[in-house]
Amino acid sequence: MADSNFRICSLSGLKIDRAGELLIRWNIIAAMATLAVGGLMAFLVALTRWPSVHFLGLTNYYRFLTLHGIDALLAWIIFFEIGLVHFASTVLLGVKSYAPKVGWLSFALMLIGGALINVIVMLGKADVMFTSYVPLKADPLYYLGVILFAVGALIGFILFFVNILLAKKEGAYKRSLPLGAFGIMAASVIGILTLLHGAGIFIPAFLWSANLIPSVDPSAYRLVFWGLGHSSQQINVCAMVTVWYLTVAFVVGGKPVNEKLSRTAFVLYILFINLASEHHLLVDPVLSTWHKIVNTSYMMHLAVLASMIHAFAIPASIEVALRKQGHTRGLFEWLKKAPWGHPAFSAMAISILLFGFLGGITGVIFGTEQFAIIRHNTFTITGHFHGTVVAGTTVAFMGFTYLIIPYIFKRQLIWKGFASIQPYLYGLGVALLSIGMMSAGTFGVPRRHYDITFSGSIFNHTFDPTVDIFLSLMGIGAILAVTGGVLYILIGFGSIIWGKQVE
Amino acid sequence: MSSDKAECPIPRGQLFYDNIILILILGIVVPTLIYTVWGLVEIMNVPKLPLVP
Repeated sequence: MADSNFRICSLSGLKIDRAGELLIRWNIIAAMATLAVGGLMAFLVALTRWPSVHFLGLTNYYRFLTLHGIDALLAWIIFFEIGLVHFASTVLLGVKSYAPKVGWLSFALMLIGGALINVIVMLGKADVMFTSYVPLKADPLYYLGVILFAVGALIGFILFFVNILLAKKEGAYKRSLPLGAFGIMAASVIGILTLLHGAGIFIPAFLWSANLIPSVDPSAYRLVFWGLGHSSQQINVCAMVTVWYLTVAFVVGGKPVNEKLSRTAFVLYILFINLASEHHLLVDPVLSTWHKIVNTSYMMHLAVLASMIHAFAIPASIEVALRKQGHTRGLFEWLKKAPWGHPAFSAMAISILLFGFLGGITGVIFGTEQFAIIRHNTFTITGHFHGTVVAGTTVAFMGFTYLIIPYIFKRQLIWKGFASIQPYLYGLGVALLSIGMMSAGTFGVPRRHYDITFSGSIFNHTFDPTVDIFLSLMGIGAILAVTGGVLYILIGFGSIIWGKQVE
Repeated sequence: MSSDKAECPIPRGQLFYDNIILILILGIVVPTLIYTVWGLVEIMNVPKLPLVP
């Protein structure tokens, strides 16, 4: 007897639970909406860091930079990841969402928390930037917004485990989770750890801001904050790598060449990638050298090993799949015949390349104590994490949006021509932005700084004129990336609203 | 053939990968101990700067 709670996707053959589908849809919609706000803020901030333009005034620069961090680094990505959590724990396993009301509670808390943060920042009551280091104090409602958002996301990640365990009990899978769900399981483990750290530090900060406790120790704040701030980027890494595997499977029918090896890499992420939070504390005089060395040089490189495994496994699975399709002439016919016009595939390939070469390699280099002391708090670090989070995660998620709009929203993409060039345009823009930032930082240009000409300052400092070239490169990159970002938002929302019905 | 497969013992590594709860616990405990708890203990043991009389 057909179960009316499910439908079979005519394009993918996936068995989709309608309750889970709605949760995926609304989390993706919220993600795209927050990216639109975060992207607009990014544009204004980038134009201000471009000395020839220097667009915003002092107050708005720090206000919009705070909002950019919250919306683009936290809200867009975590909303999307909670969408992926529902996708992996229901659609990939072909089971229902066991507690959809809990899923909606998670969504509502994230939405209310995110909206509260946006309003408080725009009202000028929380010009504390993404890190909100104490004793920099924001309005208590700002911390409350972060807590609500974190608790909502935490519920979403816990719901993932409830779903997969009940699915196993129901016999949806016998022993091993499918690799896609296993990757999201890794992201969820890291998500739970991350958000516990978030609660662990933002609850005291909230109480301190509301004058209910006298102080929060700045060193302890920095330590625990980065258990949230950096680890949230590790959720991204796991989710992004999973998206790579899923895209290969859906678009070219590729399977991992060695699934056990890929699972091993995910487990290495789970156990060791969060230790990379220490990067932010390498120049901190409070912690011992041993704490720094163990948490970076020793442990973190096990996570780097995991990335190297994925970096070989995914292209290998693409090659095997395309060779099976008959593209066997010479060494590289498979590469030439790959579906480069498919936006999900091209976004995945661009994400792998840029994440590896711009974000990953630089991260490993700047994560060593010797380099951290030179590069910490320079624009180089901003360039590094735009290579990971934007060129890597955001590009991958953009591609995956194109893939699942027909499956989950039951709509065809509009403007298919524009969609096929969008990942290239956005990827090029972000690459130039990231390279410009990293290069300017090597000349000592600080991050988060409103005016590097130090006009009106009692100190007179002039950077090497070369930095103007690199900051202009960053500005041009920002314009290209924003153009690509606007295209993504228009195509995404346009397809959801006006796209031709698939079924 | 299928009976051969059924008799084949499951490798320990595979058993570990299939134990989601164990992975969840380890994924929380390992970084919390090595990064957070160790760091907090060090911070708590930093002597306070004496106040100027």
